[in-house]
Amino acid sequence: MKKPPIWFWQIALLVMIFIIWHIATSPDLIPPIFFDNEYRAAFFFGEPAKIFNAIWVWFMSGEIYPHLWVTLQETLLAFAIGTLLGLAVGLWLGLTPLASAILDPYIKAMNAMPRVILAPIFMVWFGLGIWSKVALGVTLVFFIVFFNVYQGVKEVSPVVLNNARMLGANASQLLRYVYLPSATSWVFSSLHTSVGMAFVGAVVGEYLGSAKGVGYLIHQAEGAFDINTVFAGILVLTVFALLLDFVVTFAENKLLKWRPQQAETETT
Amino acid sequence: MATALSLTNISVTFTGKSGGGGYTAIKDTTLNIADGEFVSIVGPTGCGKSTLLNIGAGLLKASSGEVKVFGEPLIGLNQQAGYMFQSESLMPWRSALANVTAGLQFRGVEATEAARQGEQWLERVGLNGFGNRYPHELSGGMRKRAALAQMLILDPKIMLMDEPFSALDIQTRQLMENELLQLWETDKKSVVFITHDLEEAISLSDRVIVLAAGPATHPIGEFAIDLPRPRDVAEIRMTPRFLELHAQIWHAMKEEVLKGYAQTKNKVVA
Repeated sequence: MKKPPIWFWQIALLVMIFIIWHIATSPDLIPPIFFDNEYRAAFFFGEPAKIFNAIWVWFMSGEIYPHLWVTLQETLLAFAIGTLLGLAVGLWLGLTPLASAILDPYIKAMNAMPRVILAPIFMVWFGLGIWSKVALGVTLVFFIVFFNVYQGVKEVSPVVLNNARMLGANASQLLRYVYLPSATSWVFSSLHTSVGMAFVGAVVGEYLGSAKGVGYLIHQAEGAFDINTVFAGILVLTVFALLLDFVVTFAENKLLKWRPQQAETETT
Repeated sequence: MATALSLTNISVTFTGKSGGGGYTAIKDTTLNIADGEFVSIVGPTGCGKSTLLNIGAGLLKASSGEVKVFGEPLIGLNQQAGYMFQSESLMPWRSALANVTAGLQFRGVEATEAARQGEQWLERVGLNGFGNRYPHELSGGMRKRAALAQMLILDPKIMLMDEPFSALDIQTRQLMENELLQLWETDKKSVVFITHDLEEAISLSDRVIVLAAGPATHPIGEFAIDLPRPRDVAEIRMTPRFLELHAQIWHAMKEEVLKGYAQTKNKVVA
């Protein structure tokens, strides 16, 4: 008999988790183990059937789409702006040792600061719309990209650099044809993390104060002690994040063709 | 014959990191490479061969002494020279063709024209059909061919080569050496070829210069190689004259090699 493929077990595991979840939280299937009341477990952990129902209603009524769209916009804007800023500042500081020496303690301080607490300030500055969430996401993405690019510039192979110089590259050509491609590969190696961070910035920002977005939905549901809807929001966000990650992997494979892969053999 | 590259009384001292005196790599070295001449520089490991080449390329400034390129004092990088590095120097994010045409791109040559010349050079170094491959998809020998084409496409008057084939296996290496000689015979450029392999030096060169063990290295011997050209590097090694020259130069080198060996050994112990 053929062994079932790995995805079979992955899906089986998921189904099992939901079944256990359902049995443990349903008021009338088994007597309460931990709580003194059969409805308590459902109150704290929700019920998978109701969670899926909430998700079903969201998508069928179309209620969720504007919220997802807002969250997606915030994520993409935060990612794009944060990456560009990180790339520019990383290149600049990587190539000007004096500036990087002067700014070093400030960068360390800003990176060490828990930047989520900037959310209230951004709300005062940019209002409750998408831009306060974008700003929060940017502060998260910026540092990841910045540190990677800075490191990337410092670690450009001196031989490749000297070779380009001997081939006649001037300073701006070195920047464009050597430093930038080299730094870009470092940006890509941090792409998964920075897209994730942009997403975190968007959702946390929405959660702390907004009128739209999946984070806002979760916040509303929590206010009404509607734990099922909170879990529904979490599930939607998780799937959404997985989809983003797929897109990133796809882009990475397209754009980093020149990088050696682990396995080079072709299989038929 | 005109002098292509001349180094006069070159000394190089690197500033010491922990205060105190610096490290003198090269002391009072004078070298003259004639136009069209193939000169090899041999010496024990770590004696400062590469440093000397970097001086000639303008990548490094000498502490004292004078560098002249075709009679003109060298300021900045040596524009007349192509440089072939010991380690990987291709840009990994560029295909073989884009690497070969990089120098033309930097000079503002139009893209289609650059690609045309690039294809020609790929063919000349035996890489036709591999233009779209990235460096990691090429073998070590193929990468060296690409690096050679990358340098030669700019038609430099002087070729500076820093142990370019040392990372290759012996068969590939002899193939590459023969190809280098063929390319060199077609339009005689001046070549400064650094190697620690005496056989390679003799079989390729018009002249072999032996450096002393470092620190403060300087030439201790100079040998004209009067072997007939064109040469086949594998076959020429069997001729009596080659063996004679080899014995002669090795005799001069031996002491320095042992000295260099003792130094590195002491460093490890200390």
